[in-house]
Amino acid sequence: MALSESTTAFDVAAVRKDFPLLARTVHGKPIVYLDSAASSQRPRSVLDAMRHYDETTHANVHRGVYTIAEEATRLFESARVAVGRFVGAPDPAHEIVFAKNTTECLNLVAHTWGRTHLHPGDVIVLTEMEHHANIVPWQMLAAERALEIRWIPVDDDGQLVFDDLEALVDGARLVGLTAMSNVLGTINPVAQVAEAAHRAGAVVVVDAAQAVPHLPTDVTAFGADFVAFGAHKMLGPTGIGILWGRREILESLPPFLGGGEMILDVRKDGFTPNEIPWRFEAGTPPITEAIGLEAAVAYLEGLTMPAVRQHEIDLTTYAMGLLRDRFGTDITIFGPPDPADRGGVISFALGDVHPHDISQILDEYGVCVRAGHHCAKPLMRRLGVNATARASFGPYNDEADVDVLAEALQHAREFFS
Amino acid sequence: MPGLEDLYREIILDHYRSPRNRGELECPPAHRIEGFNPLCGDEIVVSLLVEDGALADIKIAGTGCSISQSSASLMSAAVKGKSVPEVRELIQTFKGMMSIHEATLPAGDGGKSVGDTLVEPMAIDINAIGELAALQGVVKFPVRIKCATLSWNTLAQGLDELGET
Ligand SMILES: Cc1ncc(COP(=O)(O)O)c(C=O)c1O
Repeated sequence: MALSESTTAFDVAAVRKDFPLLARTVHGKPIVYLDSAASSQRPRSVLDAMRHYDETTHANVHRGVYTIAEEATRLFESARVAVGRFVGAPDPAHEIVFAKNTTECLNLVAHTWGRTHLHPGDVIVLTEMEHHANIVPWQMLAAERALEIRWIPVDDDGQLVFDDLEALVDGARLVGLTAMSNVLGTINPVAQVAEAAHRAGAVVVVDAAQAVPHLPTDVTAFGADFVAFGAHKMLGPTGIGILWGRREILESLPPFLGGGEMILDVRKDGFTPNEIPWRFEAGTPPITEAIGLEAAVAYLEGLTMPAVRQHEIDLTTYAMGLLRDRFGTDITIFGPPDPADRGGVISFALGDVHPHDISQILDEYGVCVRAGHHCAKPLMRRLGVNATARASFGPYNDEADVDVLAEALQHAREFFS
Repeated sequence: MPGLEDLYREIILDHYRSPRNRGELECPPAHRIEGFNPLCGDEIVVSLLVEDGALADIKIAGTGCSISQSSASLMSAAVKGKSVPEVRELIQTFKGMMSIHEATLPAGDGGKSVGDTLVEPMAIDINAIGELAALQGVVKFPVRIKCATLSWNTLAQGLDELGET
């Protein structure tokens, strides 16, 4: 993605000070947190907003007429609009649904849209680089409804292969893809896929769990029908996921879970579902978490997403360069070779040291990296590995973090040689 | 604070670098069984040959971290040639050594570190298990326990499938 000249870089040293956790030590060493793709740290403004809400305003939403209940409802709904605007939702007040996490958002689509639109023999198209959250809900439905799942392949550079895209999506009812791979960092051309999918008459579901925290994201530019992401990877709290859905589609869908909040009326002989978006939000929603989410959005907007993106390109360029210089052919970095094609995620293999062992040694140096299959086992099989080690960046990471990573990897290398 | 030397003992690294009884046995007559660690994606393949109530031969294949690989190697060396009841007993003993009976959540205040006091291995007769004692330190790293027990659980499952008690 080309960034405008006007992208103003932010002061990483100042950003770091906003994140209280970064002040801690692990095994006597300053923490080097390189697992933001799994969950990011939260700035003080997020923590303060949640605490302030809990200490001054908390009440259940959409129920009370008293002052704090009304304030809580207003704040909760304000978070919906804020996060919707942040991702370019045309009608945020109606099109943003809150759920527990990205996973639940994708399951919500499978249950509501999937169960009303997919019939035996229907085709779903996914990519080989999906997170299990965008695979298993569809496999469950496929098993129940006798659906066929087709896969958009991944090439050796970690890019989707579109040679047969038209044929793959031909006759498909749904296409699901990640906007950015949590393993390879690959940024996918969502708009291109969405266009082909729509031409074929398919609905498009985008897993934007990694894209929203790291790239300027616009759901209308995606041209998708559903976009799911979660607060805890975008500097917000755990416990709240966000689903954007095209208004006309949401309007036509049945409820997800049943209970309070999602109904207009309940009689002994049945119920009338609520309007969107509340139709999909049964029970008391994650209120404090929504407050934290709005603060996280404000924080990211303060940095500006183009600047966040530029920071990650710079840091990824530095890291890939340093690791290659230091370890040469001993290191394999998976995914696109050009940092401009990827987000701030680096999955790698170092010699024959197992990722689990790498992560263990790195922990001794205060370095937090993830080792494992990253909930993307079909992709692991495609890469021909059981696991990778993965370092991933947030706006608070700097070149010094990468230096410590390289140093610690050197020790891991020596330890197991 | 448990140090890396508690985890990566010399014997462990030796078995990792030069694994014993590597490979697969012809099936049949041997029995082949796969084990997975869903946490890290490690896979292990254990081939068993049971003859006259004893584990006549065993081979290990698959890939994994140093802990899962060395544990499998140590296991193969320890159980090969033993009677099935002896093997069963060793599995019990090993799993006892790997069990946590006091798991408290670590404090996240930056002062204490994970693993200080949270685990205590079950009392076992160290002399009875020989080299396997090298894996004792693994309990101090709770996330690695599954790595160490993978091959043992797979072996137990294999014996179950064969109906060997
Ligand atoms: C691309 C992608 N999709 C979905 C998820 C699932 O997120 P959650 O576990 O918060 O539901 C993740 C995070 O692990 C992810 O990286």
